[in-house]
Amino acid sequence: MHYVIVGNSAAAIGAVEGIRSVDPNGRITLFSDEPYHTYSRPLISYYLFGKVTEDKMYYRPLDFYERQGVEARLGTKVSSLMLGEKMVVLESGESVSYDRLILATGGKPILPPMPGRELEGVSSFLKWEDVRGLEKTLFPGARTVVIGAGLIGLKAAEALVKRGAQVTVVELANRVLSAILDESAAAMVQESLEEHGVRFFLENTVSEILGTEGKVSGVRLQDGTVRECDRVVIAIGVSPNADLARNTELTLNRGVLVDEFMQTSVAGIYAAGDVAEGYDILYRQKRVLPILPNAYKQGFTAGVNVAGGSQSYRGGFAMNSIGFFDLPMITAGIVKPEGDEFTVMLAADKARRLYKKIVLREGKIVGFIALNQIDRAGILTGLMDKEVDVTPFQDDLLREDFGYVYFPKEYRQQQLLKGVLEGERS
Amino acid sequence: MKRVYAREEICGGCKLCEVHCAVAHSQYPNDIIKAFLKQKTKPIARILVEEGRPISFALQCRHCEDAPCTKACITGAMQKDPVTGIVANDETRCVGCWTCILVCPFGAIKRDESGHKVASKCDLCATVGGTPVCVQNCPNDALVFTDELWRR
Ligand SMILES: Cc1cc2nc3c(=O)[nH]c(=O)nc-3n(C[C@H](O)[C@H](O)[C@H](O)COP(=O)(O)OP(=O)(O)OC[C@H]3O[C@@H](n4cnc5c(N)ncnc54)[C@H](O)[C@@H]3O)c2cc1C
Ligand code: SF4
Ligand code: SF4
Repeated sequence: MHYVIVGNSAAAIGAVEGIRSVDPNGRITLFSDEPYHTYSRPLISYYLFGKVTEDKMYYRPLDFYERQGVEARLGTKVSSLMLGEKMVVLESGESVSYDRLILATGGKPILPPMPGRELEGVSSFLKWEDVRGLEKTLFPGARTVVIGAGLIGLKAAEALVKRGAQVTVVELANRVLSAILDESAAAMVQESLEEHGVRFFLENTVSEILGTEGKVSGVRLQDGTVRECDRVVIAIGVSPNADLARNTELTLNRGVLVDEFMQTSVAGIYAAGDVAEGYDILYRQKRVLPILPNAYKQGFTAGVNVAGGSQSYRGGFAMNSIGFFDLPMITAGIVKPEGDEFTVMLAADKARRLYKKIVLREGKIVGFIALNQIDRAGILTGLMDKEVDVTPFQDDLLREDFGYVYFPKEYRQQQLLKGVLEGERS
Repeated sequence: MKRVYAREEICGGCKLCEVHCAVAHSQYPNDIIKAFLKQKTKPIARILVEEGRPISFALQCRHCEDAPCTKACITGAMQKDPVTGIVANDETRCVGCWTCILVCPFGAIKRDESGHKVASKCDLCATVGGTPVCVQNCPNDALVFTDELWRR
């Protein structure tokens, strides 16, 4: 059996580990257009400000491919698929045949068609290469405009500030982190970032990047404002990198559609991670969930199934743990519900920048925001994942010491004594 | 695998397990006085006693079979040992992003911000070997280290 994996990040590594949990001997070939040993994408912002050095960037130990028996062809781009022939075609023209194929090609930056994108000093913030360029040329005081106040844009902004840059963030929405925070929480986060020197222009965007002699010299905003700057980071968002699947029999929506086994519309071909569109158990529809835990889990599931095992991943939901300077936050699921099927519970302390919001539907938690008060937040995530009816202890959910002690005894013991209670051996 | 189980009917809520855990994972693992007085930052226990009338019980990492923390870890620092089953964090690679806290359904991971931020959790005293110190030091025998079935 010859497995071919396109990709070398969380989903691809999950796939390798999934395959090996079932099939220790099958041949695995992995392709990546990036030249590096598998690295952790979220660490690129840490790398930029020097918190993580090169040797700590790697997602798995340096002998990973060898130990797992993987032929890793790094720096090798797959340029097209020939599904009929069961072959992938490389940029060099070489074609490689497979028995089973896993697409784990991740995401690519959304680059709006704004003039000036090609100027020197403009970069995106997705690959190690992007920050390697920035890192070398960044000088103290560099005036930097970040386009986009989402997770990646703000992570970039934080790292740039820590590197001594003067940072301005421009965002189309009315608040920062609009995908994971509501207005109140976003205002607290924005205020904290402002205290660290970040300037914000909300409900605005860059209409043109200005340059002189091929280099960035400023930006013109939608409202006409012109700001001088030395660097521009485009972080508007990520879309599934599904180029390989286009014009093939694979069914595409935003991403490559997969079932609960991570199989695409074509038997024997699987997809996982930021390129795939699987089921979201909260929105109750297929959605791209571009987060690392989802990429790994989907990849692992794909690996198990491709190798003849049987594991279903019934679906995931959005969840993030992120922090800027000393302000951590954990959020999950539906955080700004619309409709009367939802109940919202709220606790806020503006002065201490504490904010907790829990969203319920049909007696179950479907979303929460925990700002600056994140300890044990995973208990809530667990209740969401297991779709536990929280009605019996709903009033305790917002307590600072919320924990297993508030659960009904039977459920608590089922969880805590798993493995030793009679008849419940795991 | 052997895990630590709490008997909530017996636990008196004295929190000695927390104290001994903190000491065992401090810079002075054999000296309770020094651990609390000499170390610059207060040693952190990797076990937590939950209290609520009328019961209390100690809770620490369950070393889950499917270990969600290892799947979610963004750096690869959190790993489950395929042989022992112990889930442990390589603190040299952890960056304190708290993604593991986001997914741990037991709330068993603590933030250690005394040095560079790291996720701190029960390691079943793997470095000590034998029975974990919380179990050894519980005056009420409310903690059991076992892989055998219980009769209730
Ligand atoms: C700055 C930043 C911070 C982030 N922080 C977090 C965070 O804190 N928490 C979180 O959950 N998520 C975070 N994310 C998102 C997370 O990184 C992604 O969800 C995750 O990396 C997706 O993994 P993946 O394997 O699906 O794809 P990717 O990581 O995008 O990897 C795709 C792989 O495919 C390869 N590839 C693509 N096309 C080809 C081709 N044609 N031929 C050969 N190889 C190809 C690439 O080289 C790469 O190895 C962050 C992302 C960024 C950019
Ligand atoms: S830290 Fe939490 S998720 Fe990880 S193994 Fe322990 S109990 Fe399970
Ligand atoms: S805090 Fe450390 S162990 Fe936890 S997910 Fe982040 S890097 Fe991994």
